[in-house]
Amino acid sequence: MPTNATALPTDQLKSIAKRLRADIVQMVYDAQSGHPGGSLSAVELGVSLFWNHLRCDPERPDWPDRDRFILSKGHATPFYYGILGQRGYFSTELFKSFRSLGSLLQGHPSMNSLPGVEMSGGSLGQGLSFAIGHAIAGRLDRRDYRNWVLLGDGELNEGQCWEAAEAVVHFGLGDRIIAMVDRNGIQNDGFGKDIMKIDPAPMFRGFGWKVIECDGHDMAAVDAALSEAERPADQPRVIVAQTVKGKGVSFMENNPSFHGKAPDTDQLKQALAEIEAGL
Amino acid sequence: MTDAATREAYPVALAQLVEQGVDVVALDADLSASTLGYQFGAKYPERWMSVGVAEQNMVGIAAGLAAAGKTAFIASFAVFLPGRCFDQLRTSIAQPRGGLNVKCVASHGGVTVGEDGASAQAIEDLALATSLIPFDVIVPADFEEARQAIIAVGKTTRPAYVRTGRPKLAPLFDANYTFEIGKGVVLRPGTDVTIVSCGIMTSIAIKAAELLSNEGISARVLHMPTIKPIDRDAVVAAAKDTGAIVTAEEHQTTGGLGTAVARVLADACPVPVSFVGVDRYGTSGKWDELLTYFNLTPDRVAAAAREAIARKR
Repeated sequence: MPTNATALPTDQLKSIAKRLRADIVQMVYDAQSGHPGGSLSAVELGVSLFWNHLRCDPERPDWPDRDRFILSKGHATPFYYGILGQRGYFSTELFKSFRSLGSLLQGHPSMNSLPGVEMSGGSLGQGLSFAIGHAIAGRLDRRDYRNWVLLGDGELNEGQCWEAAEAVVHFGLGDRIIAMVDRNGIQNDGFGKDIMKIDPAPMFRGFGWKVIECDGHDMAAVDAALSEAERPADQPRVIVAQTVKGKGVSFMENNPSFHGKAPDTDQLKQALAEIEAGL
Repeated sequence: MTDAATREAYPVALAQLVEQGVDVVALDADLSASTLGYQFGAKYPERWMSVGVAEQNMVGIAAGLAAAGKTAFIASFAVFLPGRCFDQLRTSIAQPRGGLNVKCVASHGGVTVGEDGASAQAIEDLALATSLIPFDVIVPADFEEARQAIIAVGKTTRPAYVRTGRPKLAPLFDANYTFEIGKGVVLRPGTDVTIVSCGIMTSIAIKAAELLSNEGISARVLHMPTIKPIDRDAVVAAAKDTGAIVTAEEHQTTGGLGTAVARVLADACPVPVSFVGVDRYGTSGKWDELLTYFNLTPDRVAAAAREAIARKR
């Protein structure tokens, strides 16, 4: 089904988000590896996008006029596959195979292997550039699809992100590319403030972007931020969503060690209970 | 026919691809005055873009263009493409199943870039490019072959790497020649040894064969424009017919033509091989002076042929 003509109400988005969080934790538990922290932090952004904003048709993943969703922070596959499965791109039965030998659900996204995956990922910093290519092609072909790019804040350490940020402005692609930054403040080795302190909002402003800041876990605020980003403007728009790494699971929240670690059986039980209770 | 650099074929071939209906979009990274991409841009402005000094971004943009159905071409110097953007080539272009439809045309390959010196002299680009699994890798020897090679890769859906050069060279081929991806061409028959060469080294190999002929040695010249996929049949036939092989390339002897040929020989028909190439970093100088400095000369190739012949059992 194409994206609903009428937007889903916030409480319905919240219940989708709750199920997605459970899927993320379960997938990483089943695989005993993967990246739960940066998956849980992006949940509200992804749910608002895929249910209320992205022009897509899961039954026609190659529809030429579809909006593209490009996951630049490619390690957030539990989040990505959870959304694509729930949205109907493939059976949620596949979740059990996450990261197993020969699975379509590879550790990092593999283009041309799984419906809905627009770009191969896993090496950071490449999504915004990829979106520019799609945007230029769309302009040449007179198609008006948008390209939504989800970036991590740690990923913004990569210089290529800024090569692309300046090019989006230079080529006037602001109405074809919308960037979203999952500002969870934690990267692989620890807290961003210790590893490489950056401040995405003024950086993007300096490159000529309009920055829309929001609480990345307030579903209504996220949904409003995406709506604002969709409105035509002179500058390209980036949503900087303040998020919490591991959001929804007490022992994963703000805990760098759950960037790329699986819960054990007791932790899974606790995590699912906390998600159900809506921590 | 007048002397011409292989890089001069790039804008000509791109325009011909467009005229033949291929949906080309070409990108440059602030070296278009040298890659000559700007000449294509002058003819088809909507199909050409400069992305500034940003090779990584250029590769990502090309990947997105290809994903949206375009035949994307990207150009830079062979030191920067693939050297400055190898991971982007690998992740964004090579790894999606089958590879994306992006063609790299890297100019100023090898040491004959000249006066710019060591940092500008690409002697590792073929090693990097051949390591990208779905890529075709081609090193044309003259303008006409470069023109045909660029058109040929533009008509496949696979990624490709084509290396062109800066100096103007005498033509080897005319319009009757037909380039085919993956096919070697015997330019001179011979029975005692085969010189397998690509790019600028093919004209040097022909001169070496002439030197050898004066001493009664019959050297075959097998021009091998496609490094990957290598023409296995032509290499095996050369080994069986002549019993000794010399490889000659304007590149390190590791990871380029010599490695590709030796791999076939080790697998199918082991014979003595001598490798001619560049295994050190360079210096400034005129391009023809540099060929001598690096021992990429007819004398050196002929000496390598004698060495290989001497090792025959």
